[in-house]
Amino acid sequence: MKTSIAIPKKPRRLLAGKETTYLAVMVIAFVILLLVPQMTSGYLLTLLTEILRYIILAVAWVMFSGPTGYMSLATAAFYGIGIYVAAVFSGSVSFPMLIILAGFVGFVIALGVGALTLRLRGVYFAIFTFGLVLLVQSVIQEVERLVTHTRGRFVVTESTLTGYYAMFGVAALTLVVAILIRRSRYGLALQSIGEYEEAAAHSGINVVWTKVLIFALSAVFMAMAGAIIATRRTYIDPGIAFDLNQSFLPVVMAMFGGMGSLLGPVIGAGLFTEIQEQLQTRFSNYFLLIIGLVLILAILFMPNGIVGLVQKAWRKIRGGRRAPA
Amino acid sequence: MHLLEGQSVSRSFGGLAAVADVSFHVDQGEIVGLIGPNGAGKTTLFNLISASLKPSSGKISFKGRDITHLPAYKICRLGIARTFQTVKTFPNAPVVRNVMVGSLFGKGPRTGAAEALRRAEEALEFVDLLHLKDVPAGDLTLANQKRLEVARALATQPELLLLDELMAGLTATEIAEAMADIQQLRARGITIIMIEHVMQAIMKISDRIVVLDHGRKIAEGTPAEVAQSAKVIEVYLGDEANGDA
Amino acid sequence: MDAFRDIVITGLLLGGIYALVSVGLSLQYGVARVLNVAHGEFIMVGAMLTWWLFVNVSLNPLLSLAITGPAIFVVGFLLHGSLYRGLMRTSGGSVALFEGKSMLASFGLLYVVQNVARIVWGSSVQSYQFLERTVTAAQIPVNRLVALAFVLVLAAAFYVFLSRTRLGKAIRASAQDPTTAGMMGVNIHRVLAICFGLGLGLAAIAGSLLSMLYPSTTSMGLGYTVIAMIVVVLGGLGSITGSLIGGIMLGFVAQIVTYFQPSMTVIAYYVIFIALLLARPKGIMGK
Repeated sequence: MKTSIAIPKKPRRLLAGKETTYLAVMVIAFVILLLVPQMTSGYLLTLLTEILRYIILAVAWVMFSGPTGYMSLATAAFYGIGIYVAAVFSGSVSFPMLIILAGFVGFVIALGVGALTLRLRGVYFAIFTFGLVLLVQSVIQEVERLVTHTRGRFVVTESTLTGYYAMFGVAALTLVVAILIRRSRYGLALQSIGEYEEAAAHSGINVVWTKVLIFALSAVFMAMAGAIIATRRTYIDPGIAFDLNQSFLPVVMAMFGGMGSLLGPVIGAGLFTEIQEQLQTRFSNYFLLIIGLVLILAILFMPNGIVGLVQKAWRKIRGGRRAPA
Repeated sequence: MHLLEGQSVSRSFGGLAAVADVSFHVDQGEIVGLIGPNGAGKTTLFNLISASLKPSSGKISFKGRDITHLPAYKICRLGIARTFQTVKTFPNAPVVRNVMVGSLFGKGPRTGAAEALRRAEEALEFVDLLHLKDVPAGDLTLANQKRLEVARALATQPELLLLDELMAGLTATEIAEAMADIQQLRARGITIIMIEHVMQAIMKISDRIVVLDHGRKIAEGTPAEVAQSAKVIEVYLGDEANGDA
Repeated sequence: MDAFRDIVITGLLLGGIYALVSVGLSLQYGVARVLNVAHGEFIMVGAMLTWWLFVNVSLNPLLSLAITGPAIFVVGFLLHGSLYRGLMRTSGGSVALFEGKSMLASFGLLYVVQNVARIVWGSSVQSYQFLERTVTAAQIPVNRLVALAFVLVLAAAFYVFLSRTRLGKAIRASAQDPTTAGMMGVNIHRVLAICFGLGLGLAAIAGSLLSMLYPSTTSMGLGYTVIAMIVVVLGGLGSITGSLIGGIMLGFVAQIVTYFQPSMTVIAYYVIFIALLLARPKGIMGK
């Protein structure tokens, strides 16, 4: 199965006015986020770090699953790999190096997984990525048991402030890369694959390689986010690092927000992180239950997410003022 | 050396042989017509050449090079382009971007965006779609979508062009225009293989005709020779009774 | 020698249960084209229900099969008619689009079912004693033999159902070619819903049987889903008999690996899976 969630996109027209508005909003948001630590308490900082983390995961997920139409459930695996790489090398290398290392390992493993599964039909990919988090967890557990004889690892922690800036940096990087790709020749290849894979292949696009590359690229950011989070805890073991929820929540955030643009996942991440904060401690079961329902309802009734709904409403409002063409 | 050559090409699905032991060749500058009743294996043969499918056995070579097991994108980059019986455009992208995919990823060295755009517009002009270049491809009429496919194929700078039932559903005027366009393409140096059911058209412009039936090649020759062939007439008699063109 | 006998019997039993579970998933994907990643959760529901009934109402677990199976079948039937039918309508005829959407929707379903179960039954591990006395000669617990007998009977009954009954043939026809089946007078929507329900019912029955043999917990589902998916690929996507054979094979492999090194079982599954994807993705009986 080629799992294709086809998002009806308007033909990309470079409306100068709209573009500069987006750019302005982004710059303002960037500056605000940069200055936040001067103005607030630790709690808000932690919350923002969480939001930024989910933004990274959701945007990275959309980076791959959006244009290609292949539903990846591997987010938790790469995120967990990032956490574990940071745990293993914690103390031996600097904090920035940890992040880069995690990204690299995530990239390499994703290359392997992608090369293996993306040349086959989509359903094999879906099945493989679904169980991947379980597999990676098991492999690491076995290696730790047999080879390194460790049971969990202690991590050198970084301050809330450092964590915030690191997460902010990676989030900005993720968004910038995503935007650059969309506008590039490579992004056109991706979109073409998503719209009609066979036609893309016959027009000279190396479909498998294009898919594998974006899959590996998205894994880099997921792993980086994991590495940063690892330094916010003192102790990491495979059970802690690998959690299917980290595949699940970014998907819901992206779908709810809307996969057609990069704004959707950002909105979704912000919204649901906040809700999670409220419900997490005492009502985590209810939280996950609600999120499950939200996903189902979003797929059924909001295929283009909130952003899509708003766009539709906006078009209706605008269209109503014009004379019929 | 033939431009394209197939030796004993076969393809089966389960027990059914869609193409069985077909040998053929196409020389540079020719227009070759591929005809046969429905289900004869014509589109399957195209699929085998363009690597939509892999042959069960046999060999296909292009300019002397074995292309039997190459993936579709490599076939395109070597210089073989095709259109599809059921149109396969990128529906949400504007017309010009559809064609730019061809000019960006087709044969030849990597081109910049400006050059790719120029080539795309050139191709669109050839098929007379330039005035619709910003319309989403999915909004076009079927005839225009077919033209779009041709433009995209042309943008990949092919030496060999496979046209699959380009004229199906066209009016008499449109058919005449298409025929003129095809001859223009040949004048530019592009070799063409066309699958058609519109007999007058294909008989008129083809240099050579290959006839398939039930997966096998049953006749080959000039249009005049093929039209006289008793085998071909027999194979088509039933189809003509059913009102086929 | 004892170890060997134990491996064979338990391997056969586990294989049979894997086969049940995988046939269920194969019905859902092969016919209804739903990659139900929530499949394992219904195994869990069957297991937890049976445990709960045993502990609170003293219901014989074998009798509870008659409750969990049909009850979950109805749930599946209704679920398909509402959720997946709805998805079919919004997929505009594209099978690929439907498959993607239904997989994600099943992902949501996974979280719904798992967390409802957690709210109702909590997160701790539960087990109960039933027929645990061993048959002296072979030193095998009776519950294993009984479960094995049930699995074999169920498998045989299912096979007969698929090959002999009208509904069974309709199911096989729909798996091969839904459009043509529809044209032949098969009420395709009802068949799809029945298949989905049957798949879920089989999962619940497997869960009930499992609860007799192993401890159950509300987070047990995921592992079985992964196994079922690997088996379905192993047997060949869309082939129900393939899932049957694949399940038994994998069950044996699982038992052998568990005997030597239990923590390696998931890895062993994936090694087989990877080898399969590299060498013969079509699976044993794949078209």
